[in-house]
Amino acid sequence: MMNFIQTLGRNTRGSFTKLGRATFFLMQTATGVIEILPRPRLLLKQLYSVGVLSFLIISISGLFVGMVLGLQGFYILSDFGAEETLGVMVAASLVRELGPVVSALLFAGRAGSALTAEIGLMKATEQLSGMEMMAVDPIKRIISPRFLAGIISMPLLAALFSAIGIIGGQIVGSGLLGVDDGAYWSQMQAKIDFQDDIINGVIKSLVFGFVTSWIALFEGYDAIPTSEGVSRATTRTVVNSAFSILGLDFILTALMFGDD
Amino acid sequence: MSDSVRSQNSLVAVRGLSFLRGDNKIFKDMYMDFERGKITAIMGPSGTGKTTLLKLIGGQLRPAQGSVTVDGSNVHRLRRNELFVLRKRMGMLFQSGALLTDMSVFDNVAFPLREHTHLSESMIRTLVLMKLQAVGLRGARRLMPNELSGGMARRVALARAIALDPMMIMYDEPFTGQDPISKGALVHLIKSLNETLGLTSIIVSHDVHETAAIADYIYVVSDGRVIGEGTPTEIKQSSSEWVKQFMDGSADGPVHFHYPAKDLQDDLMSTGKRY
Repeated sequence: MMNFIQTLGRNTRGSFTKLGRATFFLMQTATGVIEILPRPRLLLKQLYSVGVLSFLIISISGLFVGMVLGLQGFYILSDFGAEETLGVMVAASLVRELGPVVSALLFAGRAGSALTAEIGLMKATEQLSGMEMMAVDPIKRIISPRFLAGIISMPLLAALFSAIGIIGGQIVGSGLLGVDDGAYWSQMQAKIDFQDDIINGVIKSLVFGFVTSWIALFEGYDAIPTSEGVSRATTRTVVNSAFSILGLDFILTALMFGDD
Repeated sequence: MSDSVRSQNSLVAVRGLSFLRGDNKIFKDMYMDFERGKITAIMGPSGTGKTTLLKLIGGQLRPAQGSVTVDGSNVHRLRRNELFVLRKRMGMLFQSGALLTDMSVFDNVAFPLREHTHLSESMIRTLVLMKLQAVGLRGARRLMPNELSGGMARRVALARAIALDPMMIMYDEPFTGQDPISKGALVHLIKSLNETLGLTSIIVSHDVHETAAIADYIYVVSDGRVIGEGTPTEIKQSSSEWVKQFMDGSADGPVHFHYPAKDLQDDLMSTGKRY
């Protein structure tokens, strides 16, 4: 029993200490972001590796998710003779929920894990230490550009996911199942609200981009500098990002759509 | 040379330094002086915290007690930006080289110049080629770090360490894992760089012969203390059992080869235990 309480106490204290370190790390990173703004080249390079390289996985996943939505939506809506509203259903699901959430989960798996492994290995091979000894702050030079690139990329990738998903829904809905093409688009145009749906979706993906990049970079920076340590940190990035994305999605949805 | 003259002329002075890792005392009350323009070596068995000492001098770790002064400034009393100003004048050669793996050899050497100066690209090119020429790798400038051998990587790291013309360089185990040719080349390079650039060098090493060949002064460290110091000749003639054992590389002596354990026979006879 004493052992259990001791372990519980130690783990709780450990978690809070880590949270403290993560917060301090975030503050340093945020300060660094302001300082790297005059050096757009650093940011561009990271936008490429974090954002552009995630393009393919996001596009293909978006297409399939949209196609499945078209298929499922059609079967349900046609029971009520409401298949003309398929466009609204597909677009609302994607823009409000699936776009930001699924693209963030994919982003955590594709870019987040890569960031953790990269930073963790840089630490293990003394590259971060070496940079410090060259009087270059690794947080400013390495972490901040990646953090900013993550925040910028995420809403763009989510928008891409939703757009391609809507096209996927249209291919299945009107291309294969015979929903009227005009109705698909016009219903969508009429019912999807820029403020309520699109802007809220963008806010969600900004938050997810922020949290995922923070977790990924911190886990890499805080990793034990061994192969096992880096591998554990990479796993933690994916698991913790997924939990945070899904948990925050619930909170944000409750806040945004609660009064409707 | 007398101790007072050495301490007056020292660029780096370590005074009463103690350092703990957890409850483990790595250093106990260390005193050292690293003279300007000279090569000073810190030697000792593996695991005595020699690399830790370099990190303490570079301000990457904080001591429990005592001070480290570099060119008149107490390293651990400086603010972060002041420490960074000081570090621009200190080069460090890591054991692994610590090259940035996403950059070519050229860009690695140019890295500190691009970060800390506003020189034009053509000026940077000239400087980088000169530094690479000094380590014999001008022809390898387009290679990536993963295409280099261990010895080449260390030479590139050396070119990078001297890119900003520092006042001192700290070498962390420069000879470990090198073939005899690279080892010989590095020994020669460290000596010639020290002379031509007027550097102060600190070498941490357990390669007795290579280090003794170029060092002006040697500290032998074991168990968190300085157990012997002097010029290479003095060290070789030392009467201390510890120093003798280290310099001769014998397994018997005050430094134990075996990690503390219970009697071998008892250990073998205690069956039923997993470890």
